Amino acid sequence: MSKTLKIADYRSSLDDPASRKYGTFSYLPEMDAARLRKQIEHMIAKGWIPAVEHVEAARAGDDYWYMWKLPMFGEKAIDRILAAVAECHEAWPGHLVRLIGYDNIKQSQGFSAVVHRPGG
Amino acid sequence: MSGKNYTAGVKEYRATYWDPNYTPRDTDLLACFKVVPQAGVDAEEAAAAVAAESSTGTWTTVWTDLLTDLEHYKGRAYRIEKVPGQADAWFAFVAYPLDLFEEGSVVNVITSLAGNVFGFKAVRSLRLEDVRFPIAYVTTCGGPPHGIQVERDIMNKYGRAMLGCTIKPKLGLSAKNYGRAVYECLRGGLDFTKDDENVNSQPFMRWRQRFDFVAEAVHKAAAETGERKGHYLNVTAPTVEEMYKRAEYAKELRMPIIMHDFLTAGFTAHTSLANWCRANGVLLHVHRALHAVLDRNPNHGIHFRVLTKMLRLSGGDHLHSGTVVGKLEGDREATLGWIDMMRERFVPENRARGIFFDQDWGHMPGLFPVASGGIHVWHMPALVAIFGDDAVFQFGGGTLGHPWGNAAGAAANRVALEACTEARNQGRDVEREGKDILTAAAKHSPELKAAMETWKEIRFEFDTVDKLAAQS
Repeated sequence: MSKTLKIADYRSSLDDPASRKYGTFSYLPEMDAARLRKQIEHMIAKGWIPAVEHVEAARAGDDYWYMWKLPMFGEKAIDRILAAVAECHEAWPGHLVRLIGYDNIKQSQGFSAVVHRPGG
Repeated sequence: MSGKNYTAGVKEYRATYWDPNYTPRDTDLLACFKVVPQAGVDAEEAAAAVAAESSTGTWTTVWTDLLTDLEHYKGRAYRIEKVPGQADAWFAFVAYPLDLFEEGSVVNVITSLAGNVFGFKAVRSLRLEDVRFPIAYVTTCGGPPHGIQVERDIMNKYGRAMLGCTIKPKLGLSAKNYGRAVYECLRGGLDFTKDDENVNSQPFMRWRQRFDFVAEAVHKAAAETGERKGHYLNVTAPTVEEMYKRAEYAKELRMPIIMHDFLTAGFTAHTSLANWCRANGVLLHVHRALHAVLDRNPNHGIHFRVLTKMLRLSGGDHLHSGTVVGKLEGDREATLGWIDMMRERFVPENRARGIFFDQDWGHMPGLFPVASGGIHVWHMPALVAIFGDDAVFQFGGGTLGHPWGNAAGAAANRVALEACTEARNQGRDVEREGKDILTAAAKHSPELKAAMETWKEIRFEFDTVDKLAAQS
């Protein structure tokens, strides 16, 4: 029997904030700039509208987070989108920061990922 | 006003119901049947007989035919085609005037099109292959209670497919032990768990206790992970009154989704439940027990794409579609055809996918196809490539069978899904590079690593994938 097949405990509990997840891509390691850049490229190629939001970790389940300025309509420059994420994080260092790609045709979000997690 | 005289007796159907010069109207309901005529019956007569028996006709002339405008009300067989590769079989195309059907009633449509005609002597076998519902009829039906876009907002899930799991063993668990299995799956990272279709309210686990324990599991897992969770509480019941009682209690427990078997319960009960779900803001997962009885025989019955269309009109937010993976090419194409039928606003005729008519759904929302059965983490790359994001992938054994238990199994599936989704967004060919993508993701996830060691790698069919890409 291989080593990984020895039964391991799955750690999570109500009183451990590390158990909280934040939607798509939160089961992967937090994205660095290189990985995030590729996701933004995809978002732009799809014609989606980038937007940045932030919120206190305790309110992460809310539908409405705080908007960082306005959605970046027509923005195609990856660097300006990354800069907006960085600005929001700098202004709200203790908050979760999320990058959204609004799909105005489907009236939904084609992309949504928390890109700064508390402590991360 | 009619100058016709009444003559009693049996006439050939073709005299009244075969009309090859007819051009279907935009408001006609069109059907394509696969017909194998009885020996001695030619194709035109068989097609006309089908048109007659599924609309205004009967076996003999009756005087009351002359009291109506038969030209206005009759169905017309307007085209026949040989079925490729099958000497004795024909595709018969029939146009029905819209007036023949009660508005908003798939019950009425199916009763006409798949009624007595299927036992009719002139045909050896008969299969309803496809139906074109005119947009004028579509707008009279309720459709999905919520649809894909609303469900994403309710569940707060974006930019990926959703994950589910059917709780096993499907029969025999106590309500409390059952709730435990649900809780473990959801805290590990699944979005949904599901009652098996034959879990209704048996002596070992009555529905009320199941609902109570499952509700605690859903609420606790949601609080623990910070994500929204649901369990498809099966409200399929012996009577409609009992069905409503169970649905009401699920709502009282603040459960976001319930489930129903649309074929065994019947379209009347199902349409009513879909209306209840729309009125009460509860999502509706739809299971398809009985479908294989109707759709598996290639020469007789009702094709699943027709059942899919009926369900979209009757109402459902999820419908089981089959998994595609590991199946033959023809099955894959046909499955992609009815997946489109669930999700798209307009589906064009595409014979390679068995779609005989353009279908316009107008403003009617689309629903999530559900891929379920026999799948595990190694199938994830193919599922993401084939289904995209607007789907639910359900891993039963592939979650519960993890060597460390349900939570670890759930986490393994979630990591695999997110890794494949990220890779897909990067423009990588996730089917071809599936092994590399999963292996890299497993470096950060011991749960995924253990799952990959437990289940065998599947071979990806490169030829099939290339053909699909060429068609899309």
